[in-house]
Amino acid sequence: MAHGPAKGIARWLYTTNHKDIGSMYLWFSFAMFLLGGVFALVIRAELFQPGLQIVDPNFFNQMTTMHGLVMVFGAVMPAFVGLANWMVPMMIGAPDMALPRMNNWSFWILPFAFAMLTSTLFMEGGAPNFGWTFYAPLSTTYAPPSVTFFIFAIHIMGASSIMGAINIIATILNMRAPGMTLMKMPLFVWTWLITAYLLIAVMPVLAGVVTMMLMDIHFGTSFFNAAGGGDPVLFQHIFWFFGHPEVYIMILPAFGIVSAIIPTFSRKPLFGYASMVYATASIAFLSFIVWAHHMFTVGMPLAGELFFMYATMLIAVPTGVKVFNWTATMFKGSLTFETPMLFSIAFVILFTIGGFSGLMLAIAPADFQYHDTYFVVAHFHYVLVPGAIFSITAAVYYWLPKWSGRMYSEVMGKTHFWLAFIGLNVTFFPMHFSGLAGMPRRIPDYHMMFADWNMISSIGAFLFGGAQVLFLYIVISTIVSGRKATDKVWENPEGLEWTVPSPAPYHTFSTPPEVK
Amino acid sequence: MKRLMPDNPIHAICLKLGALGVGMFVFAIWVMPPMYDVFCEITGLNGKTGGPYQAVSAEVDTSRTITVQFVATNNEGMPWQFAPEVRTVKVHPGEQKRINYHAVNPTDRDMIGQAIPSLVPFKAANYFHKTECFCFEQQPLKAGESAELPMYFIIDQDIPENIHTITLSYALFDVTERYADNKVTKVTQ
Repeated sequence: MAHGPAKGIARWLYTTNHKDIGSMYLWFSFAMFLLGGVFALVIRAELFQPGLQIVDPNFFNQMTTMHGLVMVFGAVMPAFVGLANWMVPMMIGAPDMALPRMNNWSFWILPFAFAMLTSTLFMEGGAPNFGWTFYAPLSTTYAPPSVTFFIFAIHIMGASSIMGAINIIATILNMRAPGMTLMKMPLFVWTWLITAYLLIAVMPVLAGVVTMMLMDIHFGTSFFNAAGGGDPVLFQHIFWFFGHPEVYIMILPAFGIVSAIIPTFSRKPLFGYASMVYATASIAFLSFIVWAHHMFTVGMPLAGELFFMYATMLIAVPTGVKVFNWTATMFKGSLTFETPMLFSIAFVILFTIGGFSGLMLAIAPADFQYHDTYFVVAHFHYVLVPGAIFSITAAVYYWLPKWSGRMYSEVMGKTHFWLAFIGLNVTFFPMHFSGLAGMPRRIPDYHMMFADWNMISSIGAFLFGGAQVLFLYIVISTIVSGRKATDKVWENPEGLEWTVPSPAPYHTFSTPPEVK
Repeated sequence: MKRLMPDNPIHAICLKLGALGVGMFVFAIWVMPPMYDVFCEITGLNGKTGGPYQAVSAEVDTSRTITVQFVATNNEGMPWQFAPEVRTVKVHPGEQKRINYHAVNPTDRDMIGQAIPSLVPFKAANYFHKTECFCFEQQPLKAGESAELPMYFIIDQDIPENIHTITLSYALFDVTERYADNKVTKVTQ
């Protein structure tokens, strides 16, 4: 019979078990989430009032850069990979991931990448200060010396993501239980399959663009240097060719999570399963042909502006299909509002608000006003925080009883939800107004006229930060002393993961389950 | 016969996906930049004005007059004085014109400069031909030295009717360190 986990630290260093690796990914991303959150709170503390109070402008720029990098590459992406590690084999009835040793490696290079990235804060000249989008020549000619460490950290993160993605595709395409056809797979598996293809397609482009930076800085090439016949705008094109699919990498798995949770608590099957699959695939395809909407103001021909404007707006169609499907799933359902459901409903509402501000930004002529203002900050935080973060939080509440065998406290969970929900809206909603009034992003000081909105945003940010500390407490206290969870956990949830005991044994589905 | 793909389907898909990843990396570094250059050349995007032009004998179209404005800027940290001798000239399409830029190196060290042109409106970029230009190569100036930098240009007769004014801007970059070994190479502008 299957043996249990090894003892001590060796278990975690050498493990090839998808559940162990999934847990490590999740804890790592939680740590990075708190670190990135601290950076965000430095930003909000400085912006609490106009004028320069707490940090000098160069350090402020390092904070905005590190906040973005740590949240995108350290918090959101590893959290989704961790969820995939835990859930994909259990959802398709596989005993483990297809490539367990590579799985171990793709996790264990991540802490080194982020240790290297974070160490730049203590280097002479400071951490990268050119924004998470690291536009050349800010990130080449004018970059601090630590940029080289940043480049290598990105290389390692990229390698980790690509290996993780290959592993997930290999698992999904080869290791499904008999009878688990592609169109029977849970949507979380579907969205991750498509996300993994996006990752393999664009992470090498990111690696390519930082490699070109490295060569411009150290080896005398001129990819982005006008003096040598290069072009800084080329950087933006290549970066956003990676960057736009990247934002879908951060949201498609969230769609899968919400598509699992909403049916459970509506006590109805998901409305429009097939259309969800096709919508996800359409969004993934469209993400490759819209990148220049991030750079409407660089001076494009009118035809270019129009093409990217209409292509961007087209994305609203498949996304709308999804939102209507979730709404239709809830329609006339026997709804209950446990914590995962609250986070999922908030996801649907707030993500839609973020989608609408995205449509506003997609209008090329209007974008010239919104470009590089707090309106953009409000937009992408409305899609990423309720989108990625809320869905990950919902997933943790939904599956934590299965992982740990213990139930969280519903009162505590709901308290966390309301604190986070109020904190988020108080933080980011006023940014729409300060942005429309013209407040530029990435600046440590601002005009008096933006003072009220900024003070409200800062108060909300600290509330939201406090809510996440409560989340940490809830997760730990559940694992340590929560009451025992049943095998099914919820009332009649769908999926193979609920057919195994709680907590899920170290090895599940050593013999494949029957899928009817 | 040896089969190309391994028998194990997991190994086979890993090879395919790995190849896709390597392919995208190659695409980013070796395909995207040249593609972008070609795209800019065709559309005139960024006002890149192209390399030396072989003058063809053509009628001077005296029915039209186009105002050409010259702008000179120094990139950050470039200490030279750099300016065109005249700010504006009026030319007929098809007529060759010479204008001079004046550059002074006021520092006490030998330096090399490189001027990078950009032209608006972008639509005019493909109709603005330079038969000779200082911007085709680097300009070495010794400490305290000055130079007249000539540029000959012809505006194509086929330039669209709605273009009456063209602004040509030169940004001067300090490339002393880049070309410190006196290896002066041609850059296509």
